Amino acid sequence: MKKNMNKTSKNNFITYAMVVVIFAVVQTLSSTGNLSNLLKGLLVPLCVYTIAAVSLNLVVGFSGELSLGHAGFMCVGAYSSALFSNVVGDALPSVPRLILAILIGAAVAGVFGILIGIPVLRLRGDYLAIVTLAFGEIIKNLINVLYVGVDENGIHVATSSAGLNLEAGGKQIMKGALGISGTSTLYKDIKPYLFLIGIILVLITLFVVQNLVHSRSGRAIMSTRDNRIAAESVGINITSYKLLAFTVSAALAGVAGVLYAHNLSMLKVSIFDYNLSIMILVYVVLGGIGNLRGSIIATIILYALPELLRGFSTYRMLIYAIVLIAMMLFNWAPAARNWRSRIVEKIKGTRPKKEAA
Amino acid sequence: MAILDVNTLSISFGGLRAVDNFNITIEKGQLYGLIGPNGAGKTTVFNLLTGVYKPTEGIIRLDGEDITGKSTIEINKAGIARTFQNIRLFKDMPVLDNVKVGLHNHHPYSTLTGILRLPKYYKVEKEMDERAMEILKVFDLDKEAEYLAGNLPYGKQRKLEIARALATDPKLLLLDEPAAGMNPNETQELMDTIRFVRDHFDMTILLIEHDMKLVGGICEELTVLNFGQVLTQGKTAEVLKDPAVVTAYLGE
Repeated sequence: MKKNMNKTSKNNFITYAMVVVIFAVVQTLSSTGNLSNLLKGLLVPLCVYTIAAVSLNLVVGFSGELSLGHAGFMCVGAYSSALFSNVVGDALPSVPRLILAILIGAAVAGVFGILIGIPVLRLRGDYLAIVTLAFGEIIKNLINVLYVGVDENGIHVATSSAGLNLEAGGKQIMKGALGISGTSTLYKDIKPYLFLIGIILVLITLFVVQNLVHSRSGRAIMSTRDNRIAAESVGINITSYKLLAFTVSAALAGVAGVLYAHNLSMLKVSIFDYNLSIMILVYVVLGGIGNLRGSIIATIILYALPELLRGFSTYRMLIYAIVLIAMMLFNWAPAARNWRSRIVEKIKGTRPKKEAA
Repeated sequence: MAILDVNTLSISFGGLRAVDNFNITIEKGQLYGLIGPNGAGKTTVFNLLTGVYKPTEGIIRLDGEDITGKSTIEINKAGIARTFQNIRLFKDMPVLDNVKVGLHNHHPYSTLTGILRLPKYYKVEKEMDERAMEILKVFDLDKEAEYLAGNLPYGKQRKLEIARALATDPKLLLLDEPAAGMNPNETQELMDTIRFVRDHFDMTILLIEHDMKLVGGICEELTVLNFGQVLTQGKTAEVLKDPAVVTAYLGE
């Protein structure tokens, strides 16, 4: 029993340690000038996609539902927080402003998670995937035509630039397809620390997801994945636990969106399309469904790879595709899995002998 | 008072009356058998009792409380737990966690307590671990507590399903063909386990079974179903001698 507890907390600890070590290595490389500007530019997006992948794994891996609308929740988080930052502007110092922006992004995305989850979670499997995909696109298209401006009379919302009717001196913040510009300039003073903030957010995401999974609610979530009928027969309310996983995942995707929005001077809605949802799903599936550490590793490899391979120019996407296939085989092919479990058994099998000696 | 009291229970699927005018009364501590040929409606009765199907007619009372038409979750909370004909475990979860899911409603703490790891989390989790291990020990599964449930051998999976059902602390335990797919030795062991569960947990058990050795060996009373209707009810020895029962099973 006690051993069991220790095993999970040890496992969690390894994941946190891995993130911290990666951070330390990157910081050392960067301070010794071994990191190109191109790579430096990838660091914050890497945190964004790591958070997105870990949070999506909560739905796909632990709740067992295929969601293709993750980009939609990132989008909601990004826009709500960027809007907040721009409306508040210099009225608040940047650190508390960013913290509030993160909380708002998470809360708004969480609310969208509940609203979308209630009708959508009645469906299963492919049907659920298609409907979440549709919701992601709806969110994207709604924001695409949304104009928001602010003047002395308050905040104006409309579906066209002219419809805002701003007073003289008013400022347009959200310009439909042109999105929100200038968010990152509001945070000039903390821009160098954004990677650190990203890493902290990754750690918080891991903390929330790992602790949730290894708790009473997490077991209930996994029981609905493994067998719905049996879960109901022992008194587990399937719908509410599926909704819990979906909402927490949406809120964390919102956090990823906040980080994304505050790293850029131009926030455009076109990035949050289904390609992004599928890319994150690829990270989750390749890293191993239900394996959080795998999600992080897969994100790092698959996100950095296309950029690192720029030197190979024409062969770049070919190599990327080969790596995708190789990782897929390594993770999911029966022969590779058997081989891996044999290795694990070998390591575990020798351990008691050592202790005895 | 009877633990389970069912009156004129019926359900129709379209034109088919799968269960028709079913009555049963089970006293506390009884080991009761429900038998009948394939397709007689035995599992449908279980699904009616556990709220998977809503009855077209009839009343189900558990320990005096009317539970007719309630949801599966409410009925489990009221005190009926079951196992399934085709084993339904949480295969990708450890054996211990399977039982802990059964304890879910009896050892509550909020989701936030779990995420923030407040002191209550450690306290309640420890209680759950101890209780789960206690139950696993009864079924001699404590050594496999950390295995994935799906990796257990067949007979142990059946036992784990019973353990998980018992973890919900029911008043009535429904076992759907617990001996299906077992060899005579395993069946013998299972009979001992069922008897032990009844005595140790002071449990009332209703079971569906085709293995007449098991039914004759441990059930005190039987109800025989045929084509959705009660063919006969009574003491096991008398029911098994009834010519109508023999005909229903073997034909004219």
